[in-house]
Amino acid sequence: MNRYLAAHVVSLPPSGIRKFFDLVATMKDVISLGVGEPDFVTPWTVCESGIYSLEQGQTMYTSNAGLFELREELSYHLKKTLDLSYDPNEEILITAGASEAVDLVMRAVLEPGDVVLVPDPSYVSYAPCAILAGATVQFVPTHAKEEFRLRVEDLEQAYSPKAKLLVLSYPNNPTGAIMRREDLLPIADFVEKHDLLVLADDIYSDLTFEGTHVSFASLPGMHDRTLFVSGFSKSYAMTGWRIGYVAGHADLISGLTKIHQFTMLCAPIMGQIASLEALRSASEAKQKMIDAYNRRRRIMVRGFRQMGLECFEPLGAFYVFPDITKTKLSSEEFAEALLKEENVAVVPGTAFGPSGEGHIRCSYAYSTDQLKEALKRITRFVESRLSKL
Amino acid sequence: MLSDEDRKLLKLIEEDCRLTHEDLSIETGLTPEYIAQRISHWEKEKIIVDYRPLINWDRAGDEKVSALIEVRVLPQRGYGFDKIAKRIQKFDEIKSLFLMSGGYDLSLLIEGKTMQDVALFVAEKLAPLEHVQSTATHFVLRRYKQDGVALMGEDEILQRLVVSP
Ligand SMILES: Cc1ncc(COP(=O)(O)O)c(C=O)c1O
Repeated sequence: MNRYLAAHVVSLPPSGIRKFFDLVATMKDVISLGVGEPDFVTPWTVCESGIYSLEQGQTMYTSNAGLFELREELSYHLKKTLDLSYDPNEEILITAGASEAVDLVMRAVLEPGDVVLVPDPSYVSYAPCAILAGATVQFVPTHAKEEFRLRVEDLEQAYSPKAKLLVLSYPNNPTGAIMRREDLLPIADFVEKHDLLVLADDIYSDLTFEGTHVSFASLPGMHDRTLFVSGFSKSYAMTGWRIGYVAGHADLISGLTKIHQFTMLCAPIMGQIASLEALRSASEAKQKMIDAYNRRRRIMVRGFRQMGLECFEPLGAFYVFPDITKTKLSSEEFAEALLKEENVAVVPGTAFGPSGEGHIRCSYAYSTDQLKEALKRITRFVESRLSKL
Repeated sequence: MLSDEDRKLLKLIEEDCRLTHEDLSIETGLTPEYIAQRISHWEKEKIIVDYRPLINWDRAGDEKVSALIEVRVLPQRGYGFDKIAKRIQKFDEIKSLFLMSGGYDLSLLIEGKTMQDVALFVAEKLAPLEHVQSTATHFVLRRYKQDGVALMGEDEILQRLVVSP
């Protein structure tokens, strides 16, 4: 029945993650470091508020933009934590996960022929969403020797006059890179100079392990040029609740809301109520999870360095992105062989873009016992490969 | 005052006292020397009081009976409740002892092999003590959670996907 599918859907390459997922699905007793979501269960106070909302019969649609109380609380929260000012009345839209927000941004601002600049490697959905919106993607490589920070020189190289939107996604999935204020300022100049709009996916902002996260939208002059995307999935271990949001200039948000009202209507109410509770009373639970990630992060970096692999220190998100070129295997070969020989699943760096070659993404959203066992097995695998060279 | 680092270190040890100094050093980024020095200081100062596992005796299949006992006592001039509390706490059967606000004064957690054991202890040792006015014994029927750990937790039903973006 493929002939019924639209040509641009047929030609859309499947996610590199999906391919690997299918392979893993055939195996048993796999220790996986392949997961992009927290291992924690949502804090109970948050779950409880969701349950209570059902008991109270809160099972209806909300307004398109989302519950006003949630937008109001978010507005306050964003001001307090990231120094961002958004009017809850017209500058914040609650979405079904940051995923929907990314899609809305692409569809609301892109036209055929437009170019989107996407840092490479990065999260898997930016490029497909841009393509589905009719635009063309230009990857902007980032490099391990620069700690995978986005550089203006690389941006200038990738730039073409058709460029309209720049994606920023820091802390970064899959590299764990962060961008500090001094890294972002030249990017702001670049954006200004070329009159670009920015999609800033700050969903991992709470998971910043050194200093505090600086949001691109908070830089001078960038508020109106930025569509700020984030969500509850990572910070509060709420992936299954599907709540995210996008904030920006009222004109832009109104455009996004047009699409959202017809395609999603509103984000699920139970998740919205639970998210409100998360903002109000789960900050301690959140901090506990962040502290745990930070400890695991150190275990992982040290583990890979002890194997003799280069592993730059990720300062955000919950991934390490070690360099495996020493083994003379490509990312995919490494991931496949590791899975077959040691039953450990990691994701090849190339699933996140061509610059991911030579790297694997290992999530540390796992218990320390699991991480230690996985490191033991990976060490055995790497040693056997190195000894054969 | 505890520094943030020290507080985190203590919490980590509280959660899992099997972590070696090296483990702790890797996880916190503090040097093993610093950690060793802090821990031995805390042990000396009885800030770290003891290291022991939490055992679920029910699951081990060993019969044990526990009871919470409310005790009313007459406070003594010059000592308040401390003197009688110090006397009571010497019994091995008593696992915990707290001074409470509200309707009674001392709360005891006591363990024995049988209900008879516990009842006899209360009747023969505790109740006759000078200054003890009355006792009320509440037997523990089931332990759901202890020291922050769920003992009857169901095993996790839903698994995460093995690979996800
Ligand atoms: C960078 C990034 N953005 C967005 C998402 C999607 O998040 P949500 O669950 O809010 O749709 C993810 C999930 O892996 C992510 O890594």
